[in-house]
Amino acid sequence: MTVIFRTILVRELTLGLRRKADMLMTLFFCVIVASMFPLAVGPETELLRTMGPGIIWVAALLASLLSLERLFGGDYADGTLEQMVISSHPLAMIVFAKVVAHWLLAGLPLVLISPLLALQYGLDGDEGLILVATLLIGTPILSLLGAVGAALTLGLRGGGVLISLLVLPLFVPVLIFGSAAVDDAAAGLSIEGHFSLLGAMLIAALILTPWAIASALRISIE
Amino acid sequence: MNINWFKYASPASFYPLAGKMIPWFAIPAGILAFIGLVMGLFVLPPDFKQGESYRIIFIHVPAAWMSMVIYLAMAFWAIVGMVWNSRLSAMMAIALAPTGAMFCFLALWTGALWGKPTWGTYWVWDARLTTQLILLFMYLGYMALHAAIEDPRRAARASGLLAIVGAFNVPIIYFSVQWWNTLHQGASITPNKSEMAASMASVMLIMAVAAWLYAIAVALKRVRCEILDRERHASWVAELVTKTGQVHG
Repeated sequence: MTVIFRTILVRELTLGLRRKADMLMTLFFCVIVASMFPLAVGPETELLRTMGPGIIWVAALLASLLSLERLFGGDYADGTLEQMVISSHPLAMIVFAKVVAHWLLAGLPLVLISPLLALQYGLDGDEGLILVATLLIGTPILSLLGAVGAALTLGLRGGGVLISLLVLPLFVPVLIFGSAAVDDAAAGLSIEGHFSLLGAMLIAALILTPWAIASALRISIE
Repeated sequence: MNINWFKYASPASFYPLAGKMIPWFAIPAGILAFIGLVMGLFVLPPDFKQGESYRIIFIHVPAAWMSMVIYLAMAFWAIVGMVWNSRLSAMMAIALAPTGAMFCFLALWTGALWGKPTWGTYWVWDARLTTQLILLFMYLGYMALHAAIEDPRRAARASGLLAIVGAFNVPIIYFSVQWWNTLHQGASITPNKSEMAASMASVMLIMAVAAWLYAIAVALKRVRCEILDRERHASWVAELVTKTGQVHG
């Protein structure tokens, strides 16, 4: 079981790292979206500082949506996915490895670039660190939930837009707790609750979504 | 005793049953809605705080209830469809979705209209309104996914899975939105929960029952259309058409 996990993970990472442009595109998208807001709402420091966590979270949300279509798309087009579905290894394990690889390639770079975005919004010191921490817990949830949407919309016309329609409402709790943690830290309130809830959501998503993704793939493949 | 639990799980035997059941739900729905509206709009006295505008509650609250109940009913049929692999359950789930979305939209719209006189604004990011809005998005996503897949079997199963995942998320979304709401703004503008007069409560109950009956009648009607559409190549549909010359069951 761990062998198949490692094999798929290494394969996905190798494939992903050979196409660095895909990875960087998502990253730049996030940076550009986050940089548009100050131009639209004006450069007042106070305003930006209060809006910053929310904007960075929404930008990360949109960026993680962008890369979802590629999660299963390539393997679906060349038939690899079909082989994965009919293989004797547990499909949930295979998709879990794929999602982990996807997060390492698409989610983790967002987390790593977020301190830079935080600086743009004047979130220095602790608030910036808390933002990074919420993204670190939150983006895997986005990848896991998003993978369900990606699996359901496999091979459909306008799949990308459809994924957004399906999964954005499901992202709401993560968005709320992620950005609220930063806001509350700025206001000097306790943020333990937010982190506990984000952690709980991550654990629930880790346990439940691989099965949902696997059955969604079975529905889409057959 | 040997009961065949799955007799009406077959579209062919459910189709005429649904046809016979529709009037039993539609007519009481019409009567109750008429009574409820006449009572609510004309007979009951105006509220001492909100004046006439409170009367919108008789549409708003039943619509909001139904929008949530119908989503759960959809998820229920999706689970039944997944467990027993019955085609009819999936059709039931799909037949419910437009009614649920309609009630959801109605709840939002009446909520906005009610908000203007009571809160002074059409829209506030109140916990309930926001949850309702997200629920509407989930209905639309469900219907969009179903519409995007051409193969009816895959469409039914994929949207069913989405409904189940969504149903797990609805409580999480509700509580997170509620918490977000209390964090961000004071509870000053939430509508006051003054105890409702018994006459008002009973009219609201009548309207809620009417909404239930209406939803069931419409869902049955829609599931009949869905059955005919899906089973149009089946021999019993052909017989039905040649026998009656039209499709009444």
